[in-house]
Amino acid sequence: MKRIIALLVFYVLLVQVAFAQIDPELLRRVPAKADSLSLNMDAVYDRPFLQIGKTPVALGGYVEANYQYLGENGISEGHQFKMQRLTLFVASSISKRIKFLTEIEFEDGTKEINIEFASVDFEFAPLLNFRGGIVMNPIGAFNQNHDGPKWEFVDRPISATQMLPATWSNVGFGIYGKKYNTDWVYAYEAYLTNGFDDKIIANTQNRTFLPATKENKDRFEESFNGSPLLTAKVAVRNRKIGELGLSFMGGIYNKFQEDGIILDKKRAVNVVAVDFNTTIPELKTYINAEWAWINVDIPDTYTEQFGRKQQGGFIDFVQPLLKRPMFGFESAVLNAALRLEYVDWNKGKFKSTGSNISDEVFSIVPAISWRPTAQTVIRFNYRYNWQKDILGNPPSRLGGFQFGISTYF
Amino acid sequence: MGRKHLIVLGMMVVIIFGLVACEKLLPSAPADDSVLDGPIEGLTPEQSVQFLRGDVAFNDEIFTPETGLGPLFVATSCGTCHAGDGKGHPFTTLTRFGQRDSIGNQFLHLGGPQLQNRAIYNYLPENIPAGATFSKFTPPANTGLGLLDAVTDTDLLLLADPDDIDGDGISGRPNWVALPLYATTRPNSIIRNGKYIGRFGKKASTYDLLQQTATAYSQDIGIASTYEPYDTYHGQLIDPEVSNQTIIDVVFYLKTLKAPIQRNAGNPDVVAGKNIFTQISCGKCHVPEMKTGASTISALSFKTFAPYTDMLLHDMGPGLDDGYTEGTAVSSEWRTPPLWGIGLSKKSQGGQYFLLHDGRARSIEEAILLHGGEAQNSKISYQELTATEKAKLIKFLESL
Repeated sequence: MKRIIALLVFYVLLVQVAFAQIDPELLRRVPAKADSLSLNMDAVYDRPFLQIGKTPVALGGYVEANYQYLGENGISEGHQFKMQRLTLFVASSISKRIKFLTEIEFEDGTKEINIEFASVDFEFAPLLNFRGGIVMNPIGAFNQNHDGPKWEFVDRPISATQMLPATWSNVGFGIYGKKYNTDWVYAYEAYLTNGFDDKIIANTQNRTFLPATKENKDRFEESFNGSPLLTAKVAVRNRKIGELGLSFMGGIYNKFQEDGIILDKKRAVNVVAVDFNTTIPELKTYINAEWAWINVDIPDTYTEQFGRKQQGGFIDFVQPLLKRPMFGFESAVLNAALRLEYVDWNKGKFKSTGSNISDEVFSIVPAISWRPTAQTVIRFNYRYNWQKDILGNPPSRLGGFQFGISTYF
Repeated sequence: MGRKHLIVLGMMVVIIFGLVACEKLLPSAPADDSVLDGPIEGLTPEQSVQFLRGDVAFNDEIFTPETGLGPLFVATSCGTCHAGDGKGHPFTTLTRFGQRDSIGNQFLHLGGPQLQNRAIYNYLPENIPAGATFSKFTPPANTGLGLLDAVTDTDLLLLADPDDIDGDGISGRPNWVALPLYATTRPNSIIRNGKYIGRFGKKASTYDLLQQTATAYSQDIGIASTYEPYDTYHGQLIDPEVSNQTIIDVVFYLKTLKAPIQRNAGNPDVVAGKNIFTQISCGKCHVPEMKTGASTISALSFKTFAPYTDMLLHDMGPGLDDGYTEGTAVSSEWRTPPLWGIGLSKKSQGGQYFLLHDGRARSIEEAILLHGGEAQNSKISYQELTATEKAKLIKFLESL
């Protein structure tokens, strides 16, 4: 907490100094570098920053605020206004080939304050970079490419946040690299970090729930069981076809020994994810999809309430409808979008009956978004979820309207 | 601002406000008669608040090892076994073990009477000890329990005929049970040899909803309370893991859950089915109408209701004799289960029926045909019905 406060104080002072002592004309906006060969792994640096003159420090961030009116089985919580998140970035070029970037996030007001990313990158060669600090584990695409202003939907994907633990970052070290070849780019990443703990099968969600590990506030200073979590990803992108990523994350989640005493066998959690995104040239339709499979080694004597296998994902379609100056905004875009998502938290069959274990959700989210600039989005969503309990009883139906704004600053 | 821009803006505003105003695009509430949860009518505001507290504790509070789960357990929350307050699924069926005779459970020192068949990591669950007999109990629906709790002992005894004096082959009797130390007896309770009438549980071995709740926290979830303070694994006295207030709230919630509402009561086939139900004497045990006495909850006082039970023990014959005795209820005796809500069972049992005490019957008809003992004559009468009459009877039962 002290570190967070210190970082914040540093950030505020930096901004104040910048505005108080430097001619505002010296403040230079550095646009996001995203181009047709940018990958999801580049998202952490492909953000708009504000640079002060020729100083090596760049600042940035984004904000998200939402309104929603949802009802579940005829019962509504009414009108809800929510300060979803405020995220601050500080990037610094320490030398020509050493850089630092941090991302500090305030969620739901100040209910959650997290350092989501704080890493030093050393570039030895394009194919060999070393990264250390708090890194975002490259599982799927959303975890690394999660900034609110990039998305046409108010909510983050259910599979990314309620099955996979996005935003999922841990302390660790690793390497990454890229190779460009005219229309192609190939990339890899591999990190060893602290990992999961036994909360993934002992939590108040009453299901195997990887995000429960994030409740462990000690995970940035010590590993729960001394076993590292390996996260690795390979990705390839073609300028015309799109990007395909394949990622793996695996490690031990239980405390199998303590003080030299063996308590249990090592129990693994393994995740495999595939992600794809492309833009259909003629229609300019953007398609972005991610799917993940999770396997957890759960003791046979534990309850079937906690699934051994999970799977889920989402697919987004974003169709620009109008791309022209609007209301004085030169490059405004009006989009129609649609998200389909599905998560099965417990894939398997009951021992007692042989019937299917349910515990799944299907969701459809049509959306309209308006982007006065590429960095800012105003979005309007209608969400409808069908969620079945573990027994597969008639689904609980949740639906309603969501409105939100999100912008880099 | 151009005309086109105004049109686009206007359209967006109309869409946004139109949709927000249109509640019809939000999921509608299911019909009141199609669900089992919800409170009885007539609660005061403070009682409604307590009902909601109990609802949260019952349905939303999930126990973890950190909050006291286990170490041996059957389920992680109350709601796990009673989805939507309805009947449970074999996934959370309880197993009780003991022996055939009624000299008292000889396996208490080995974890009896209830098997905790699940364990948190690093622990091993129980197994049924050698030589023990056992029976499986599917979780019952919770609805209308407060009404059943408020029936007077006098009324229950009027339904009993332990020696079959009327000669109809049906001889219901109460299960006389010893009370736990924390129990508070109902006003005007009838006592026999220091024992009271049990009303709840498959063998009517539980006196009231406080005992039911405290025992379930202990035996089903492994949660100790000041009422049931012993750890189910070591058998040692431990600190409470749930507050008295929470247990009291849950008891209140269970007492004030509404009774199931019959559907299609006026349908001619349903009416005809009800007549057949009476004609073949099903209603002699599954008593169609009862009334409550005075209750501290005025919404429960002096109410007439239709539970289709007499809360008494009946010999159901060798087919349903699992060889397990509980209290004075011998192995072939079972408390008449209420039939109200039976038509909604599929909605809490994953779209299938799991009926009778252990869920062995996969349809209402199968459940009827598995009746024996005191219900043998009714079963034979059912078998002699025409297909149309059987269908009407089933339709009536599904309307409950």
